[in-house]
Amino acid sequence: MNRFISFARELKRYPSAIAGLVLIALFLALALYSLIMVPQSHAVQLWRAGIARRDSPRNARPVWYNALPWVNLPRTLVLDSAEHPELKRYREISEEHNEIEIAFEFDYHYDAFPRELNLFLRSEYESRRPFASVRWVTPDGRSFSLSDGGVDREQSIRIDQLRGLRRELGDVAPRVGLFADPASAEGVPQVLHGTYRVEIEGVSFEPDSDIEARFVRYGQVHGLAGTDHIRRDIAVALLFGTRPALAFGILAAVGSTVTTLVLAAVGVWFRGKVDAAIQRVTEVNMVLPLLPVLVMVGTLYSRSIWVMLGVVILFGIFSAGIKTYRAMFLQIRELAYIEAARAYGAGNTRIIFRYMIPKVLPTLIPSFVTVIPSFVFLEATLAMIGLGDPVLPTWGKVLEDAYRNGALYRGQYYWVLLPSSLLILTGLGFAMFGFALDRVFNPRLRER
Amino acid sequence: MPNDVLLQAENLQTHFELRKFGFVRAGEVRAVDGVTFHIRRGEAVAIVGESGCGKSTLARTVLGLYEPTAGSVLFDGVDMSSYDRRKLAWHRRQVGYVQQDPYAALPPFMDVRQLLREPLLVNGVRDRAEQEQRIRSRLEEIRLTPAASFLEKFPHQLSGGQQQRVVIARARILDPQLIVADEPVSMLDASVRVEVLQLLRQLQRKHRMALLYITHDLSTVRYFCERIFIMYGAKIVERGPVEAILARPEHPYTQALVDAIPDPDAANAGQYRKVPAGEPPSLLHPPEGCRFHPRCSFAIQGLCERHDPPDFETGAGRRAACWLYREAAVEHNLQR
Amino acid sequence: MRTEKLVLHFKAREGIVRAVDGVDLTVEPRRSVAVLGESGCGKSSLTKAILRLLPPNVARYGGKVLLDSDDLMRLDEETFRTQVRWQRIALVPQAAMNSLNPVTRVIEQIAEPLLEHRRATTHAEAAEQAREAFDIVHVPPDFLRRYPFELSGGMRQRVVIAMALITEPELIILDEPTSALDILTQANIMNALKGIKARVATRFMLITHDVAAASEIADSVAVMYAGQIVEQSDAAQFFAEALHPYSAFLMSSVPTLRGAKELHAIPGQPPSLLAPPQGCRFAPRCPERFDRCAHEPPPFRTACGRVAKCWLYESQRQTAHDCSAGE
Repeated sequence: MNRFISFARELKRYPSAIAGLVLIALFLALALYSLIMVPQSHAVQLWRAGIARRDSPRNARPVWYNALPWVNLPRTLVLDSAEHPELKRYREISEEHNEIEIAFEFDYHYDAFPRELNLFLRSEYESRRPFASVRWVTPDGRSFSLSDGGVDREQSIRIDQLRGLRRELGDVAPRVGLFADPASAEGVPQVLHGTYRVEIEGVSFEPDSDIEARFVRYGQVHGLAGTDHIRRDIAVALLFGTRPALAFGILAAVGSTVTTLVLAAVGVWFRGKVDAAIQRVTEVNMVLPLLPVLVMVGTLYSRSIWVMLGVVILFGIFSAGIKTYRAMFLQIRELAYIEAARAYGAGNTRIIFRYMIPKVLPTLIPSFVTVIPSFVFLEATLAMIGLGDPVLPTWGKVLEDAYRNGALYRGQYYWVLLPSSLLILTGLGFAMFGFALDRVFNPRLRER
Repeated sequence: MPNDVLLQAENLQTHFELRKFGFVRAGEVRAVDGVTFHIRRGEAVAIVGESGCGKSTLARTVLGLYEPTAGSVLFDGVDMSSYDRRKLAWHRRQVGYVQQDPYAALPPFMDVRQLLREPLLVNGVRDRAEQEQRIRSRLEEIRLTPAASFLEKFPHQLSGGQQQRVVIARARILDPQLIVADEPVSMLDASVRVEVLQLLRQLQRKHRMALLYITHDLSTVRYFCERIFIMYGAKIVERGPVEAILARPEHPYTQALVDAIPDPDAANAGQYRKVPAGEPPSLLHPPEGCRFHPRCSFAIQGLCERHDPPDFETGAGRRAACWLYREAAVEHNLQR
Repeated sequence: MRTEKLVLHFKAREGIVRAVDGVDLTVEPRRSVAVLGESGCGKSSLTKAILRLLPPNVARYGGKVLLDSDDLMRLDEETFRTQVRWQRIALVPQAAMNSLNPVTRVIEQIAEPLLEHRRATTHAEAAEQAREAFDIVHVPPDFLRRYPFELSGGMRQRVVIAMALITEPELIILDEPTSALDILTQANIMNALKGIKARVATRFMLITHDVAAASEIADSVAVMYAGQIVEQSDAAQFFAEALHPYSAFLMSSVPTLRGAKELHAIPGQPPSLLAPPQGCRFAPRCPERFDRCAHEPPPFRTACGRVAKCWLYESQRQTAHDCSAGE
């Protein structure tokens, strides 16, 4: 305990250690948060199932983009009569005749047009479909008919794709034309600010037959990290990506450093055949290229992140690290205290684990911490070359999507920058902490 | 074998094979090459020699760290080559080991309590209270008191002398019958040397342990040992009671050693010392005959370079492996 | 050579290490002084301070180093490097025999600095000077063409001493010249040093912890304790009877080969150079401690030229005993 306190005190002298620890803690907290709040299966659902992202725009920037003083991009607005009964009037005219009126009203003061407009209608009936007409009313009183006719049980009106409306608006996409100021110059439509209305007037022909409407005005900004080309909220992937990233990094680092260390110690202590065997396996392994092997495993067997991790660890165990540790252990083996231990009868296992390995821990722990990010990066690299886990959302897969969809060419910098900066921050956090640990554990390096 | 003999080495040889490329035999280093000696119970003996004379290899062979190539070591009447696992573990409890560099001899990541507990754990003393009691009593024995204040110290927090005393405590913790001390004070300051050697001597007497003191420093031997073995080129060249040898060294090598060692005296500055020319022999290719003959100014032509001298008895308890004493030995035997 | 109030402090994490803390030391021409001290007393830092071989963490460096009345502290770094270091003051560092470059012949390593410092203009001239230096330390001249690994430890040590000699410096500092060598080799090196003393007009400053080795070539002995010189005496007088209680303890802790004597260990631990005791630094371990010892004693000079930094010698400036041993 005392040792721990003095160690912590020592560590506190390095601001970089504190910064690194804060970063690491932050990522761990994120991982933990995602774990507690949303179970893994749900996260996958959130990422993969279409229904969950019906209300998200495509390719929207993060909402905080609006914080820039010259930017005022529309956000997403969802209005649903089922959630807001006050927007709806339902009148029973007779036993077989009901009138339904739904009015969605919203102010629009953004400087850009929405990404898309959709109206979802739902109705309940036995045999006779209800009927509805939908109108769009602009602040200056113009009105456009969006739809007129029977309402199916589930019906989507993709306003942007209404050909008639487009023609009516002068061959301008409805998402632009419906919001444009008629006074604006040709070809450079300006937004007409003010209150817009979507009016739905319906009639149903059965008792209790009803209509509900859901209007979605898709914004150009959405969520903390924007959305991708298939409406997925990138923030979800970034949040859930923390877990596989840390897990992959830490497990691979543990697997390849700790096991390597033990093997190196065993080889050095027993010498002879054991050592030779370990050395030969290592040498063979060192000339086998890791990436092609991973590509093969990924293509022929499985791209599961855990299979990949297994292969990485297997290769990591018999890595060049074994040679480095071996050189250290060769010196340690000759130390007087080891000879003393032999003289009072300590056995092989005790000498390896109690006397040899603790001696290198001060050099091992910092290098262990600093090697974690390289495995996090490896995971991202694997995803980039198409070996990402087919199910789990990871940072690398976000990058891969961005790359495949030409995010950078299309100005969607956020799509690349956010996962990249998470990767960089992870690296930075572990590196700063690791280097500080190195200074604490190995004070001789500090002298100059 | 008389019962008061604790350790008896008979024509002991420890050789190391040299290999080229890991498998081609390239020769043999004869680090210990036919050494016969014994240590009585409770007796302090010194092995004196220069670096590379094989004295440390001899110590390690006695400790059971090296296996002898030939010859035998009898410990407490039992041949070490006949040891099974249990007997070897017993031997390790009977022999304590004090090394040269106290800092290297202590694991840097253990505190004093942990590192003193290690030999107990290894040798099956599992009872916590007994461990604690033994550790404390040994710390008091080496005068690191109050013991409690040293238990949690790490080796780097101790001075060199204190570290070496902890090493002695560790060697003593299993109540050995023999302590092998390999240059225990050569890394320490002069003022601390005395303290450590006096402590060793005192413990040795009090507990009637035998002490095998390995050193290159002839001047410390007088104060701490009864008998002395001079080693040169992997062999014992002279042996006998300390006082007698220091007063009247017989082997030319011993004479050279005594001549070379200064006592603090201003008169030293005015005179040159007699030093035999040349270098100690290679143990890979030792010279024929007497190993000292190439440097010896008394070498007898036709004898010393051809025949290895046997031990000649030159006085009470004294022997010298030198042809100069072949007649003296006869005389001595006649007198008896 | 003389140092006055020489100070060299280092910055460490725990505070200021006062490794050399006001050292006054005199080395007379053609005489050799042995600086005796135990590990951690600052004797190696003293070498650094005299030769201005300063590590980057120096906290304070001051005082005077006088060589033939030139104040070396006033010289700028470049002048000191080109004209003093190795030219006027040479150093044989600790374990110097391992400092030779194993892959070039001995002659190259000697010739290069000679040509560099323009003490020789041609290789042949440099080789000639090297041969002379080898002759002084009794190394056969054909060893010049060998590689260091072909030489034994003692031979290499002689080569290093020859390298120090070659510039005919006014002072040669020998830092533990024999500590890593075997007894017979030690005696050989000491013989060589004695030979140099007899043949060459230089002074030695022998830094050592080995009292017996010091007695081999020292004309004068300076005892260093906790960053300070506590006694400087003529060797004959010193080995007959040391003045400072610490020196006396040191002498009594040295085992002797000839004639038995009772050995005494010095009680207690040497002080930390981070926070040396107030007053006399040896006082906490000194059996003769009295009230005055709470204040730092100045160096007292006795009638026959011995200096002791101890209050005991305040009143007894002159004792009949002092000079007797040296006559």
